[in-house]
Amino acid sequence: MYKNLLKWSLLLSVVVALCLSAASYAQLTTNQQQEWLTSPAASSHVGNITGAAKAAALPYRRYCVGCHGPLGDGNGENAQWINPKPRDFQLGIFKCRSTPTGTLPTDQDLYDSIGRGLDRSNMPSWNALTKQERADLVAWIKHFSPRWQNEKAGTPIQIPAEPEVTADRVKAGQEVFRKMECWKCHGVQGMANGPSAATLSDDLGRPISPFNFTDGSRPLCGNTDTDIYKIFMTGLDGTPMPSFADNIKPEEAWDLVFYLRSLQPHNAFNAKEKQIANQLGLKPVNPNAPAQ
Amino acid sequence: MKHQRSRGLAAVLASLVLVGFVALVISHKASAAGEGKITGTVKLDGTAPHMRGIDMSKDPFCDKAHANNPAHSENVVVGSGGGLGNVVLYISEGLSGAAASMKPTQVPIFDQKNCMYTPHVLAMDVGQEFKVQTSDQTAHNIHPEPNPLTGNIPWNQSQPPGAPPVTKSWKTPEMIHVKCNIHPWMSGWFAVVKGPYATTDENGSYTIQNVPPGSYTVTAWQETYGTQTQKVTVAAGAAATADFTFKAK
Repeated sequence: MYKNLLKWSLLLSVVVALCLSAASYAQLTTNQQQEWLTSPAASSHVGNITGAAKAAALPYRRYCVGCHGPLGDGNGENAQWINPKPRDFQLGIFKCRSTPTGTLPTDQDLYDSIGRGLDRSNMPSWNALTKQERADLVAWIKHFSPRWQNEKAGTPIQIPAEPEVTADRVKAGQEVFRKMECWKCHGVQGMANGPSAATLSDDLGRPISPFNFTDGSRPLCGNTDTDIYKIFMTGLDGTPMPSFADNIKPEEAWDLVFYLRSLQPHNAFNAKEKQIANQLGLKPVNPNAPAQ
Repeated sequence: MKHQRSRGLAAVLASLVLVGFVALVISHKASAAGEGKITGTVKLDGTAPHMRGIDMSKDPFCDKAHANNPAHSENVVVGSGGGLGNVVLYISEGLSGAAASMKPTQVPIFDQKNCMYTPHVLAMDVGQEFKVQTSDQTAHNIHPEPNPLTGNIPWNQSQPPGAPPVTKSWKTPEMIHVKCNIHPWMSGWFAVVKGPYATTDENGSYTIQNVPPGSYTVTAWQETYGTQTQKVTVAAGAAATADFTFKAK
Protein backbone atom coordinates (compact mmCIF):
# COMPACT_ATOMS: atom_id res chain seq x y z
CA MET A 1 0.00 0.00 0.00
CA TYR A 2 2.72 2.45 0.99
CA LYS A 3 4.65 1.40 -2.05
CA ASN A 4 1.78 2.60 -4.23
CA LEU A 5 1.52 5.87 -2.40
CA LEU A 6 5.23 6.31 -2.86
CA LYS A 7 4.90 5.61 -6.57
CA TRP A 8 2.15 8.19 -7.05
CA SER A 9 3.88 10.84 -5.02
CA LEU A 10 7.04 10.23 -6.99
CA LEU A 11 5.15 10.59 -10.26
CA LEU A 12 3.48 13.75 -8.96
CA SER A 13 6.78 15.28 -7.92
CA VAL A 14 8.26 14.53 -11.33
CA VAL A 15 5.31 16.26 -13.02
CA VAL A 16 5.61 19.25 -10.69
CA ALA A 17 9.35 19.41 -11.29
CA LEU A 18 8.77 19.36 -15.06
CA CYS A 19 6.25 22.21 -14.82
CA LEU A 20 8.63 24.20 -12.65
CA SER A 21 11.51 23.71 -15.03
CA ALA A 22 9.32 24.83 -17.94
CA ALA A 23 8.33 27.95 -16.00
CA SER A 24 11.91 28.92 -15.25
CA TYR A 25 13.00 28.64 -18.88
CA ALA A 26 14.44 32.12 -18.96
CA GLN A 27 17.01 31.89 -16.22
CA LEU A 28 19.28 29.15 -15.06
CA THR A 29 20.44 29.37 -11.49
CA THR A 30 23.84 28.05 -10.57
CA ASN A 31 22.07 25.25 -8.75
CA GLN A 32 20.10 24.28 -11.83
CA GLN A 33 23.28 24.33 -13.88
CA GLN A 34 25.00 22.09 -11.39
CA GLU A 35 22.00 19.79 -11.32
CA TRP A 36 21.90 19.57 -15.09
CA LEU A 37 25.64 18.92 -15.27
CA THR A 38 25.20 15.75 -13.24
CA SER A 39 22.25 14.56 -15.33
CA PRO A 40 22.68 12.13 -18.23
CA ALA A 41 21.58 14.90 -20.62
CA ALA A 42 24.86 16.72 -20.01
CA SER A 43 26.65 14.67 -22.60
CA SER A 44 27.39 14.71 -26.31
CA HIS A 45 27.38 11.99 -28.94
CA VAL A 46 29.82 12.27 -31.80
CA GLY A 47 30.18 9.11 -33.84
CA ASN A 48 30.88 6.44 -31.27
CA ILE A 49 32.36 8.87 -28.74
CA THR A 50 30.32 10.02 -25.77
CA GLY A 51 31.45 13.32 -24.30
CA ALA A 52 30.82 14.21 -20.65
CA ALA A 53 30.34 17.86 -19.72
CA LYS A 54 31.97 17.52 -16.33
CA ALA A 55 35.17 16.22 -17.85
CA ALA A 56 35.54 19.46 -19.84
CA ALA A 57 35.35 21.89 -16.90
CA LEU A 58 39.15 22.13 -16.65
CA PRO A 59 39.95 22.03 -20.38
CA TYR A 60 37.38 24.81 -20.90
CA ARG A 61 39.12 26.93 -18.26
CA ARG A 62 42.44 26.25 -19.88
CA TYR A 63 41.65 26.71 -23.58
CA CYS A 64 38.35 28.56 -24.02
CA VAL A 65 37.63 30.80 -21.04
CA GLY A 66 39.92 33.63 -22.19
CA CYS A 67 37.56 34.52 -25.03
CA HIS A 68 34.24 32.81 -24.27
CA GLY A 69 34.32 33.73 -20.56
CA PRO A 70 33.56 31.73 -17.41
CA LEU A 71 29.80 32.09 -18.01
CA GLY A 72 30.05 31.18 -21.70
CA ASP A 73 28.56 34.55 -22.65
CA GLY A 74 31.43 35.49 -24.97
CA ASN A 75 32.74 38.11 -22.52
CA GLY A 76 36.11 36.60 -21.68
CA GLU A 77 38.96 38.97 -20.85
CA ASN A 78 40.25 38.92 -24.45
CA ALA A 79 36.85 39.55 -26.01
CA GLN A 80 37.21 43.32 -26.05
CA TRP A 81 40.26 43.10 -28.30
CA ILE A 82 38.99 40.78 -30.97
CA ASN A 83 36.62 40.93 -33.90
CA PRO A 84 34.47 39.02 -34.81
CA LYS A 85 33.45 38.66 -31.16
CA PRO A 86 33.51 35.25 -29.45
CA ARG A 87 30.25 33.26 -29.56
CA ASP A 88 27.76 33.77 -26.71
CA PHE A 89 26.96 30.16 -25.78
CA GLN A 90 24.05 31.24 -23.55
CA LEU A 91 21.96 32.20 -26.59
CA GLY A 92 22.49 28.84 -28.23
CA ILE A 93 22.73 30.44 -31.70
CA PHE A 94 25.39 29.02 -34.04
CA LYS A 95 26.45 29.82 -37.58
CA CYS A 96 27.77 26.46 -38.76
CA ARG A 97 24.95 23.93 -38.70
CA SER A 98 23.65 21.03 -40.72
CA THR A 99 20.17 21.84 -39.35
CA PRO A 100 17.49 24.31 -40.57
CA THR A 101 17.53 27.98 -39.59
CA GLY A 102 16.13 28.59 -36.10
CA THR A 103 17.14 25.17 -34.75
CA LEU A 104 19.95 23.96 -32.51
CA PRO A 105 23.01 22.43 -34.21
CA THR A 106 23.84 18.76 -33.78
CA ASP A 107 26.67 17.62 -31.49
CA GLN A 108 28.61 16.73 -34.62
CA ASP A 109 28.22 20.32 -35.94
CA LEU A 110 29.71 21.78 -32.74
CA TYR A 111 32.45 19.16 -32.68
CA ASP A 112 33.37 20.02 -36.28
CA SER A 113 33.52 23.75 -35.49
CA ILE A 114 35.88 23.13 -32.56
CA GLY A 115 38.19 20.95 -34.65
CA ARG A 116 38.12 23.14 -37.74
CA GLY A 117 38.16 26.58 -36.13
CA LEU A 118 36.51 29.54 -37.83
CA ASP A 119 38.52 31.09 -40.62
CA ARG A 120 38.92 34.89 -40.57
CA SER A 121 38.21 34.95 -36.82
CA ASN A 122 40.25 34.41 -33.67
CA MET A 123 38.86 30.91 -33.24
CA PRO A 124 41.71 28.55 -34.11
CA SER A 125 41.52 24.87 -34.97
CA TRP A 126 41.52 22.72 -31.82
CA ASN A 127 42.46 19.54 -33.65
CA ALA A 128 45.41 19.20 -31.28
CA LEU A 129 42.98 18.17 -28.55
CA THR A 130 41.98 14.52 -28.49
CA LYS A 131 38.63 13.50 -29.99
CA GLN A 132 37.42 12.68 -26.50
CA GLU A 133 38.39 16.14 -25.19
CA ARG A 134 36.59 17.84 -28.07
CA ALA A 135 33.45 15.75 -27.49
CA ASP A 136 33.59 16.64 -23.78
CA LEU A 137 33.84 20.33 -24.69
CA VAL A 138 30.73 20.01 -26.89
CA ALA A 139 28.78 18.74 -23.87
CA TRP A 140 30.18 21.56 -21.74
CA ILE A 141 29.25 24.25 -24.30
CA LYS A 142 25.68 22.96 -24.27
CA HIS A 143 25.34 23.43 -20.52
CA PHE A 144 25.57 27.22 -20.86
CA SER A 145 22.24 27.61 -22.68
CA PRO A 146 18.84 26.63 -21.27
CA ARG A 147 17.82 25.85 -24.84
CA TRP A 148 19.43 22.43 -24.69
CA GLN A 149 17.30 21.51 -21.72
CA ASN A 150 14.09 22.45 -23.51
CA GLU A 151 14.76 21.74 -27.18
CA LYS A 152 16.24 18.98 -29.27
CA ALA A 153 18.82 19.59 -31.99
CA GLY A 154 17.30 20.18 -35.42
CA THR A 155 17.10 17.39 -38.01
CA PRO A 156 20.00 17.70 -40.47
CA ILE A 157 18.89 18.76 -43.96
CA GLN A 158 18.81 16.13 -46.71
CA ILE A 159 21.63 16.58 -49.22
CA PRO A 160 21.45 14.61 -52.48
CA ALA A 161 24.64 13.00 -53.80
CA GLU A 162 26.94 15.50 -55.50
CA PRO A 163 26.55 15.38 -59.32
CA GLU A 164 29.30 15.77 -61.92
CA VAL A 165 30.39 19.33 -62.65
CA THR A 166 29.23 20.27 -66.14
CA ALA A 167 29.12 23.50 -68.13
CA ASP A 168 25.31 23.47 -67.95
CA ARG A 169 25.42 23.21 -64.18
CA VAL A 170 27.89 26.07 -63.77
CA LYS A 171 25.70 28.23 -66.02
CA ALA A 172 22.55 27.19 -64.14
CA GLY A 173 24.34 28.02 -60.91
CA GLN A 174 25.01 31.53 -62.13
CA GLU A 175 21.32 31.90 -62.90
CA VAL A 176 20.50 30.89 -59.30
CA PHE A 177 23.05 33.47 -58.06
CA ARG A 178 21.28 36.13 -60.14
CA LYS A 179 17.71 35.10 -59.32
CA MET A 180 18.27 34.73 -55.57
CA GLU A 181 20.06 38.08 -55.71
CA CYS A 182 23.10 36.80 -53.82
CA TRP A 183 24.90 39.73 -55.46
CA LYS A 184 22.95 42.23 -53.33
CA CYS A 185 25.47 41.52 -50.57
CA HIS A 186 28.22 39.40 -52.15
CA GLY A 187 28.57 41.55 -55.28
CA VAL A 188 28.20 40.53 -58.93
CA GLN A 189 31.74 39.10 -58.94
CA GLY A 190 31.56 37.71 -55.39
CA MET A 191 33.83 40.47 -54.11
CA ALA A 192 31.65 41.29 -51.07
CA ASN A 193 30.80 44.69 -52.53
CA GLY A 194 27.08 44.43 -53.35
CA PRO A 195 24.78 47.43 -52.78
CA SER A 196 23.74 46.15 -49.31
CA ALA A 197 27.21 45.04 -48.16
CA ALA A 198 28.14 48.23 -46.34
CA THR A 199 25.09 48.35 -44.03
CA LEU A 200 25.04 44.74 -42.77
CA SER A 201 25.02 44.03 -39.05
CA ASP A 202 24.71 40.85 -37.02
CA ASP A 203 21.91 40.02 -34.56
CA LEU A 204 23.70 41.91 -31.80
CA GLY A 205 23.95 45.03 -33.97
CA ARG A 206 27.66 44.71 -34.76
CA PRO A 207 28.88 45.49 -38.29
CA ILE A 208 29.62 42.40 -40.35
CA SER A 209 30.82 41.94 -43.93
CA PRO A 210 29.65 39.36 -46.45
CA PHE A 211 31.96 36.56 -47.59
CA ASN A 212 34.42 37.56 -50.31
CA PHE A 213 34.74 34.64 -52.73
CA THR A 214 37.67 36.18 -54.59
CA ASP A 215 40.30 36.95 -51.94
CA GLY A 216 41.33 33.38 -51.18
CA SER A 217 39.42 33.17 -47.87
CA ARG A 218 38.29 29.71 -46.91
CA PRO A 219 34.51 29.30 -46.53
CA LEU A 220 33.50 29.79 -42.90
CA CYS A 221 32.07 26.37 -42.15
CA GLY A 222 34.50 24.07 -43.95
CA ASN A 223 36.07 23.75 -47.36
CA THR A 224 34.21 20.87 -49.00
CA ASP A 225 31.44 21.34 -51.58
CA THR A 226 28.96 19.92 -49.03
CA ASP A 227 30.02 22.53 -46.46
CA ILE A 228 29.28 25.31 -48.96
CA TYR A 229 25.94 23.70 -49.84
CA LYS A 230 24.95 23.70 -46.15
CA ILE A 231 25.73 27.40 -45.67
CA PHE A 232 23.04 28.74 -47.99
CA MET A 233 20.53 25.95 -47.34
CA THR A 234 20.62 26.40 -43.54
CA GLY A 235 21.70 30.04 -43.22
CA LEU A 236 24.32 31.36 -40.84
CA ASP A 237 22.10 32.03 -37.80
CA GLY A 238 22.93 35.21 -35.92
CA THR A 239 24.16 36.88 -39.14
CA PRO A 240 22.43 38.51 -42.14
CA MET A 241 22.91 35.31 -44.21
CA PRO A 242 19.43 33.75 -44.54
CA SER A 243 18.41 30.20 -45.34
CA PHE A 244 17.40 29.61 -48.97
CA ALA A 245 15.93 26.18 -48.26
CA ASP A 246 12.43 27.26 -49.37
CA ASN A 247 13.62 28.86 -52.58
CA ILE A 248 16.49 26.77 -53.99
CA LYS A 249 15.80 23.17 -55.00
CA PRO A 250 18.40 20.58 -53.96
CA GLU A 251 19.66 20.02 -57.56
CA GLU A 252 19.89 23.77 -58.13
CA ALA A 253 21.81 24.06 -54.88
CA TRP A 254 24.64 21.94 -56.32
CA ASP A 255 24.66 24.16 -59.43
CA LEU A 256 25.11 27.19 -57.19
CA VAL A 257 27.97 25.48 -55.32
CA PHE A 258 29.76 24.91 -58.65
CA TYR A 259 29.24 28.52 -59.71
CA LEU A 260 30.53 29.82 -56.35
CA ARG A 261 33.61 27.61 -56.78
CA SER A 262 34.27 29.30 -60.13
CA LEU A 263 34.36 32.70 -58.39
CA GLN A 264 37.16 31.57 -56.06
CA PRO A 265 40.80 31.94 -57.10
CA HIS A 266 42.46 28.67 -58.18
CA ASN A 267 42.59 26.24 -55.25
CA ALA A 268 42.69 22.54 -54.58
CA PHE A 269 38.91 22.19 -55.05
CA ASN A 270 37.88 24.15 -58.13
CA ALA A 271 40.08 23.19 -61.09
CA LYS A 272 37.14 21.94 -63.16
CA GLU A 273 34.79 24.82 -62.29
CA LYS A 274 37.47 27.41 -63.17
CA GLN A 275 38.20 25.69 -66.46
CA ILE A 276 34.53 25.58 -67.43
CA ALA A 277 33.96 29.22 -66.48
CA ASN A 278 36.96 30.20 -68.61
CA GLN A 279 35.77 28.17 -71.59
CA LEU A 280 32.27 29.64 -71.28
CA GLY A 281 33.75 33.11 -70.91
CA LEU A 282 31.27 33.71 -68.03
CA LYS A 283 30.63 37.39 -67.40
CA PRO A 284 29.43 38.65 -63.99
CA VAL A 285 25.65 38.61 -63.59
CA ASN A 286 23.76 41.67 -64.70
CA PRO A 287 21.58 42.90 -61.82
CA ASN A 288 19.58 45.13 -64.15
CA ALA A 289 18.53 42.28 -66.45
CA PRO A 290 14.73 41.94 -66.48
CA ALA A 291 13.36 39.12 -64.32
CA GLN A 292 12.69 35.96 -66.30
CA MET B 1 -4.99 -5.88 -3.01
CA LYS B 2 -2.30 -3.65 -4.38
CA HIS B 3 -3.68 -3.78 -7.91
CA GLN B 4 -7.17 -2.99 -6.78
CA ARG B 5 -6.00 0.08 -4.97
CA SER B 6 -4.05 1.46 -7.89
CA ARG B 7 -6.97 0.76 -10.19
CA GLY B 8 -9.25 2.64 -7.84
CA LEU B 9 -6.89 5.58 -7.77
CA ALA B 10 -6.70 5.61 -11.53
CA ALA B 11 -10.49 5.65 -11.74
CA VAL B 12 -10.70 8.59 -9.32
CA LEU B 13 -8.11 10.48 -11.34
CA ALA B 14 -9.86 9.76 -14.62
CA SER B 15 -13.22 10.94 -13.28
CA LEU B 16 -11.57 14.10 -11.93
CA VAL B 17 -10.14 14.84 -15.36
CA LEU B 18 -13.55 14.20 -16.94
CA VAL B 19 -15.33 16.51 -14.48
CA GLY B 20 -12.73 19.19 -15.11
CA PHE B 21 -13.18 18.87 -18.86
CA VAL B 22 -16.95 19.07 -18.68
CA ALA B 23 -16.70 22.13 -16.42
CA LEU B 24 -14.35 23.73 -18.94
CA VAL B 25 -16.72 23.11 -21.84
CA ILE B 26 -19.71 24.47 -19.90
CA SER B 27 -17.89 27.61 -18.80
CA HIS B 28 -16.71 28.10 -22.36
CA LYS B 29 -20.24 27.95 -23.73
CA ALA B 30 -21.54 30.28 -21.02
CA SER B 31 -18.96 32.91 -21.84
CA ALA B 32 -19.44 32.58 -25.58
CA ALA B 33 -23.08 33.58 -25.19
CA GLY B 34 -22.47 36.95 -23.54
CA GLU B 35 -19.13 38.08 -24.87
CA GLY B 36 -18.49 41.81 -24.81
CA LYS B 37 -15.78 43.99 -26.25
CA ILE B 38 -13.34 46.69 -25.32
CA THR B 39 -13.15 49.70 -27.54
CA GLY B 40 -11.46 53.09 -27.46
CA THR B 41 -9.02 55.54 -29.00
CA VAL B 42 -5.29 55.98 -28.50
CA LYS B 43 -3.96 59.51 -28.90
CA LEU B 44 -0.64 61.27 -28.91
CA ASP B 45 -0.39 64.33 -26.67
CA GLY B 46 2.01 66.89 -28.13
CA THR B 47 3.76 67.41 -31.44
CA ALA B 48 4.35 64.25 -33.44
CA PRO B 49 8.09 63.65 -33.90
CA HIS B 50 9.52 64.12 -37.37
CA MET B 51 9.60 60.85 -39.30
CA ARG B 52 12.72 60.89 -41.43
CA GLY B 53 12.45 60.14 -45.11
CA ILE B 54 13.99 56.91 -46.38
CA ASP B 55 16.64 56.91 -49.10
CA MET B 56 16.05 53.76 -51.15
CA SER B 57 18.39 54.69 -53.99
CA LYS B 58 20.57 51.62 -53.40
CA ASP B 59 17.80 49.40 -54.73
CA PRO B 60 16.29 50.64 -58.03
CA PHE B 61 13.11 48.59 -57.55
CA CYS B 62 12.39 50.13 -54.13
CA ASP B 63 13.35 53.60 -55.32
CA LYS B 64 11.01 53.41 -58.28
CA ALA B 65 8.13 52.10 -56.16
CA HIS B 66 8.30 55.27 -54.06
CA ALA B 67 9.07 57.72 -56.87
CA ASN B 68 5.80 59.66 -56.36
CA ASN B 69 5.20 58.71 -52.77
CA PRO B 70 8.38 59.08 -50.67
CA ALA B 71 8.66 56.57 -47.84
CA HIS B 72 9.06 57.64 -44.22
CA SER B 73 10.05 55.84 -41.08
CA GLU B 74 6.98 54.47 -39.24
CA ASN B 75 8.09 54.51 -35.59
CA VAL B 76 5.27 56.93 -34.72
CA VAL B 77 2.23 57.12 -37.01
CA VAL B 78 -0.17 59.92 -36.12
CA GLY B 79 -3.49 60.37 -37.93
CA SER B 80 -6.18 63.02 -37.90
CA GLY B 81 -6.95 64.48 -34.48
CA GLY B 82 -3.78 63.10 -32.93
CA GLY B 83 -4.86 59.44 -33.18
CA LEU B 84 -1.92 57.07 -32.80
CA GLY B 85 -1.73 54.15 -35.25
CA ASN B 86 0.00 50.77 -34.87
CA VAL B 87 -0.67 50.54 -31.12
CA VAL B 88 -1.33 46.99 -29.93
CA LEU B 89 -3.98 46.51 -27.22
CA TYR B 90 -4.33 43.33 -25.27
CA ILE B 91 -5.57 41.98 -21.97
CA SER B 92 -2.61 41.60 -19.65
CA GLU B 93 -4.49 40.53 -16.50
CA GLY B 94 -7.80 38.95 -15.59
CA LEU B 95 -8.36 36.50 -18.44
CA SER B 96 -9.49 33.04 -17.37
CA GLY B 97 -7.29 30.20 -18.51
CA ALA B 98 -9.93 29.05 -21.00
CA ALA B 99 -10.36 32.52 -22.53
CA ALA B 100 -6.60 33.04 -22.73
CA SER B 101 -6.02 29.74 -24.48
CA MET B 102 -8.63 30.41 -27.20
CA LYS B 103 -6.80 31.10 -30.43
CA PRO B 104 -8.12 32.93 -33.48
CA THR B 105 -8.25 30.63 -36.49
CA GLN B 106 -7.55 33.25 -39.12
CA VAL B 107 -3.98 33.48 -40.43
CA PRO B 108 -2.84 37.13 -40.58
CA ILE B 109 -0.46 38.18 -43.36
CA PHE B 110 2.75 40.17 -43.05
CA ASP B 111 3.54 41.50 -46.50
CA GLN B 112 6.82 42.83 -47.88
CA LYS B 113 5.46 45.46 -50.22
CA ASN B 114 7.36 48.26 -51.95
CA CYS B 115 10.26 47.53 -49.59
CA MET B 116 8.21 48.27 -46.47
CA TYR B 117 6.31 45.99 -44.10
CA THR B 118 2.50 45.94 -44.39
CA PRO B 119 1.25 46.08 -41.70
CA HIS B 120 4.11 47.74 -39.86
CA VAL B 121 2.99 45.98 -36.65
CA LEU B 122 1.34 42.56 -36.85
CA ALA B 123 -0.39 41.49 -33.64
CA MET B 124 -1.06 37.81 -33.03
CA ASP B 125 -1.86 35.28 -30.35
CA VAL B 126 0.68 32.87 -28.90
CA GLY B 127 0.66 29.80 -31.14
CA GLN B 128 -1.43 31.52 -33.84
CA GLU B 129 -0.11 30.87 -37.32
CA PHE B 130 0.81 33.84 -39.50
CA LYS B 131 2.13 34.16 -43.03
CA VAL B 132 5.04 36.18 -44.34
CA GLN B 133 4.75 36.94 -48.05
CA THR B 134 6.47 39.14 -50.58
CA SER B 135 4.80 41.28 -53.26
CA ASP B 136 8.10 42.72 -54.45
CA GLN B 137 10.27 42.08 -57.51
CA THR B 138 13.40 42.42 -55.39
CA ALA B 139 14.93 39.98 -52.90
CA HIS B 140 14.28 40.38 -49.17
CA ASN B 141 15.27 38.34 -46.18
CA ILE B 142 12.85 38.08 -43.29
CA HIS B 143 14.75 38.12 -40.03
CA PRO B 144 12.83 38.33 -36.71
CA GLU B 145 14.96 38.98 -33.65
CA PRO B 146 13.30 37.57 -30.51
CA ASN B 147 15.30 36.90 -27.37
CA PRO B 148 16.12 33.17 -27.73
CA LEU B 149 16.04 32.74 -23.96
CA THR B 150 12.29 33.47 -23.86
CA GLY B 151 11.51 30.37 -25.90
CA ASN B 152 10.97 32.26 -29.19
CA ILE B 153 13.84 31.28 -31.47
CA PRO B 154 15.19 33.69 -34.12
CA TRP B 155 15.32 32.53 -37.75
CA ASN B 156 16.32 34.11 -41.05
CA GLN B 157 14.83 33.15 -44.42
CA SER B 158 15.30 34.45 -47.93
CA GLN B 159 12.36 35.92 -49.84
CA PRO B 160 13.46 36.40 -53.46
CA PRO B 161 10.84 37.56 -56.03
CA GLY B 162 8.11 34.93 -56.31
CA ALA B 163 9.12 33.16 -53.10
CA PRO B 164 6.39 31.04 -51.49
CA PRO B 165 4.94 32.47 -48.25
CA VAL B 166 6.50 31.35 -44.96
CA THR B 167 4.05 30.13 -42.30
CA LYS B 168 5.21 30.42 -38.68
CA SER B 169 4.03 30.93 -35.11
CA TRP B 170 5.57 32.02 -31.80
CA LYS B 171 5.69 30.20 -28.47
CA THR B 172 5.58 32.96 -25.86
CA PRO B 173 4.33 36.56 -25.59
CA GLU B 174 7.00 38.99 -26.78
CA MET B 175 7.30 42.14 -28.88
CA ILE B 176 9.59 40.85 -31.63
CA HIS B 177 11.46 43.23 -33.93
CA VAL B 178 11.67 42.15 -37.59
CA LYS B 179 14.22 43.35 -40.09
CA CYS B 180 15.55 42.80 -43.59
CA ASN B 181 19.33 42.83 -43.77
CA ILE B 182 19.32 43.64 -47.47
CA HIS B 183 17.21 46.80 -46.94
CA PRO B 184 18.35 48.20 -43.59
CA TRP B 185 15.45 50.71 -43.40
CA MET B 186 12.88 47.88 -43.25
CA SER B 187 11.70 47.59 -39.67
CA GLY B 188 8.54 45.96 -38.34
CA TRP B 189 7.11 44.14 -35.34
CA PHE B 190 5.43 40.89 -34.45
CA ALA B 191 3.41 41.70 -31.33
CA VAL B 192 2.81 38.29 -29.75
CA VAL B 193 0.25 38.38 -26.92
CA LYS B 194 -1.95 35.95 -25.04
CA GLY B 195 -5.70 36.19 -25.56
CA PRO B 196 -7.84 38.70 -27.52
CA TYR B 197 -6.04 41.70 -29.02
CA ALA B 198 -6.49 44.63 -31.41
CA THR B 199 -4.29 47.09 -33.28
CA THR B 200 -5.26 50.75 -33.70
CA ASP B 201 -6.01 52.05 -37.19
CA GLU B 202 -4.44 55.27 -38.49
CA ASN B 203 -6.95 57.33 -36.47
CA GLY B 204 -6.03 55.58 -33.25
CA SER B 205 -9.28 53.67 -32.75
CA TYR B 206 -9.51 50.02 -31.87
CA THR B 207 -11.93 47.30 -30.75
CA ILE B 208 -10.95 44.10 -28.95
CA GLN B 209 -13.69 41.60 -29.85
CA ASN B 210 -14.78 38.44 -28.02
CA VAL B 211 -14.00 39.49 -24.46
CA PRO B 212 -15.88 37.42 -21.85
CA PRO B 213 -17.55 39.47 -19.07
CA GLY B 214 -15.12 40.29 -16.28
CA SER B 215 -12.63 42.77 -14.86
CA TYR B 216 -9.38 43.18 -16.75
CA THR B 217 -6.20 45.16 -17.12
CA VAL B 218 -5.78 46.36 -20.70
CA THR B 219 -2.27 47.15 -21.92
CA ALA B 220 -1.50 49.46 -24.83
CA TRP B 221 1.93 48.99 -26.43
CA GLN B 222 3.60 51.38 -28.85
CA GLU B 223 7.08 50.63 -30.20
CA THR B 224 8.52 54.08 -29.35
CA TYR B 225 6.55 55.08 -26.26
CA GLY B 226 6.32 51.72 -24.47
CA THR B 227 3.28 50.51 -22.52
CA GLN B 228 0.36 51.92 -20.55
CA THR B 229 -2.28 50.02 -18.62
CA GLN B 230 -5.86 50.63 -17.58
CA LYS B 231 -8.50 48.67 -15.64
CA VAL B 232 -11.82 47.99 -17.35
CA THR B 233 -14.92 45.95 -16.53
CA VAL B 234 -16.74 44.28 -19.38
CA ALA B 235 -20.43 43.44 -18.90
CA ALA B 236 -22.09 40.59 -20.79
CA GLY B 237 -22.73 41.58 -24.40
CA ALA B 238 -21.65 45.18 -23.80
CA ALA B 239 -18.76 47.37 -24.91
CA ALA B 240 -16.36 48.79 -22.33
CA THR B 241 -14.31 51.87 -23.20
CA ALA B 242 -10.59 52.39 -22.56
CA ASP B 243 -8.93 55.45 -24.10
CA PHE B 244 -5.18 55.96 -23.85
CA THR B 245 -2.94 58.99 -24.31
CA PHE B 246 0.81 58.76 -24.89
CA LYS B 247 2.95 61.85 -24.30
CA ALA B 248 5.20 62.89 -27.18
CA LYS B 249 8.80 62.87 -26.00
